[in-house]
Amino acid sequence: MSAQVEPTGPAEPAERSQEGRAEPAAHEGAPRRSAAARLVARTGSGLVQVLLILIALFWMVPTLGLLFSSLRSPQDNAASGWWTVLTEPTQLTLQNYANLLDNPDFVASFGNTVLITVPSTLIIVVVASLAAYAFAWLEFPGRDWLFLGVVGLLVVPIQVALVPISSLYGGTPLYGSILAVVLFHVGFGLPFGIFLLRNFFAAIPRDLLEAARMDGGKELTIFRRVILPLGGPAIASLGIFQFLWVWNDLLVALVFASEASQPMTVALQSQMRQFGANIDVIASGAFLSMVVPLLVFFAFQRYFVQGVMAGAVK
Amino acid sequence: MAQVRLSGIGKTYPDGTSAVKGLDLDIADGEFLVLVGPSGCGKTTALRMVAGLEEISSGTLTIGDRVVNRTPARDRDVAMVFQSYALYPHLSVRDNIAFGLQLRKLPKRAIKERVEEAAETLGLTEHLDRRPRNLSGGQRQRVAMGRAIVRQPQAFLMDEPLSNLDAKLRVQMRAEISRIQRDLGVTTVYVTHDQVEAMTLGDRVAVLKKGVLQQVAPPQELYNHPANLFVAGFIGSPAMNLLQGRLDADGPGARLELGGQALAVPARLLAERPRLREYLGRDIAVGIRPEDMDDADLDGADGGAVLSSTTDLVEALGPELLVHFQVPAPPVVTEDTKELARDAGADNVDAAAPYSDVIARFSPRSQARSGRPVRVRVDTGRLYFFDPATGDGIWDEPASATQQKEGTHA
Repeated sequence: MSAQVEPTGPAEPAERSQEGRAEPAAHEGAPRRSAAARLVARTGSGLVQVLLILIALFWMVPTLGLLFSSLRSPQDNAASGWWTVLTEPTQLTLQNYANLLDNPDFVASFGNTVLITVPSTLIIVVVASLAAYAFAWLEFPGRDWLFLGVVGLLVVPIQVALVPISSLYGGTPLYGSILAVVLFHVGFGLPFGIFLLRNFFAAIPRDLLEAARMDGGKELTIFRRVILPLGGPAIASLGIFQFLWVWNDLLVALVFASEASQPMTVALQSQMRQFGANIDVIASGAFLSMVVPLLVFFAFQRYFVQGVMAGAVK
Repeated sequence: MAQVRLSGIGKTYPDGTSAVKGLDLDIADGEFLVLVGPSGCGKTTALRMVAGLEEISSGTLTIGDRVVNRTPARDRDVAMVFQSYALYPHLSVRDNIAFGLQLRKLPKRAIKERVEEAAETLGLTEHLDRRPRNLSGGQRQRVAMGRAIVRQPQAFLMDEPLSNLDAKLRVQMRAEISRIQRDLGVTTVYVTHDQVEAMTLGDRVAVLKKGVLQQVAPPQELYNHPANLFVAGFIGSPAMNLLQGRLDADGPGARLELGGQALAVPARLLAERPRLREYLGRDIAVGIRPEDMDDADLDGADGGAVLSSTTDLVEALGPELLVHFQVPAPPVVTEDTKELARDAGADNVDAAAPYSDVIARFSPRSQARSGRPVRVRVDTGRLYFFDPATGDGIWDEPASATQQKEGTHA
């Protein structure tokens, strides 16, 4: 939004007419917000930036540990801590990754993760954006009650549904299939998606939709040519959230996926031993499973910062 | 291009409030009609019903020779310019203007031609590939206009299109809108709360109050023969001074008493407005336009038409002086004047007040100063009279009554 300050000439007589009431608010404020404002302003200055970098690095320690562990041989990992690699870079090897890629079970589980995550994300983004448009901009009876219902579903914890849905799947060939996992994710992802997008779409100025209607747009055209481009940032963030959530999910897959359809998270989890002997498989597998979400995030990250709405009205 | 006919159009919301009541308007092919009124008077609602953005609760809306009550906005073939401009922020100026044509699946070449022609008309040619956010307010306004004219619709609907511009630009765009509308000859309905826009743009102006049409007439007619107190007080700036007076017979003419002072009403005026005789010896509401008063000390004044008072304030504007003073006559208090006061942001007018504030427009040659005695000459041939109970203007014949309820099929 462009922050233009407009001259407030005509406001004066109105103020005069209610002198007594308007006054007290004008005095405070200025010194009050300065503490927080100063802190915000200082995030730009040197000291704070150094501090932020340090915190960020500290936050990355486990990830770096995972990366270095995955690049060391099992023997080295058993003999010393991952940080020794900093002084002895000769330990580095890609053998773990080579082994991993030679392992057909692991490759299959990676494929399963993709097969679960991509459809779940796509279905949710498509259905949620269509539904959100209807909830935000179409008039139909019971719309607000229905939306309240959707909001209500947000509070249902996933664990509550595991048993009932298992027995629901039980009578069908769904049980253990990839589709079963996808459907579960879609069902539990939709309320949040609809909620998020509906609120974003509702904030699009009504005039824009009405202009499109006057210009001859049917609802689907308006959705495709006005709402989707303007809702881009929200849709992208929903896509990222959903992708990360499904990609990293262990619980749902553990319950509903069979051996053949298990995703990476389940495969890695089954490698866990009480005495951590499989560190080579786990570290490299976990790191691989982290790389994809990171790529997705960086690919869509610009949508978070882009202010697409500027210049729409006024 | 077509005529637009509203007959008995009404809008009632589900909670029972009605925004527009029984609106009758015949807008001729190519006519520029301005809907004007204070905020909340239903003018925008009326426009949105014509556009198809608001459902019509009662009455019939005809565009061309089609009844379009149930036709969705996209099929009414009218174009609207929004107050906020409502430009698509993700599209270039070119695509913004072309949007309506693209949706109507015109061939690419025809779209290009028409967009470039419209851009030419509006001086947007070098901005065609920019985004709305990189344009100034005036340019955005032009793009919004371009989007409307490129479609060559049956009618233009404009909802306060100039209210987001600064004063200077507003004057310039006002002239431009007028020029474009006349060049294209497209029937136009224009909503505004700014009476200067209404007067300068409209072939005819329709004044609304609380959803009810008060009068529809050409601008000068509206100024000279307001149908009632509301129209009288709304049209004109500074507004007409409305005072309670008493009319008595005085030879061939009449005497208008205003709180102890008297103005001679010429016989000619009584002859022109015979219905005034019914009010002889009774209370009457009087309207005096600021421009019908001047400093009596400037020219040899004749005794009968001078008010004496003391100035409260003199505002020198250069070409004129606005002189504020009080007259010991109570102000007119009716539903109309209350509504006008509300629109002006003032508190309720006080019926019991013994004094009325009056503003006069003096020639710059006047020596009037704040706080000094002043003698004000009133052009009594141009007084306005209204029924104090109904607020209706007292004119020659029931002619004003027909105007008020717009029955023109001419």
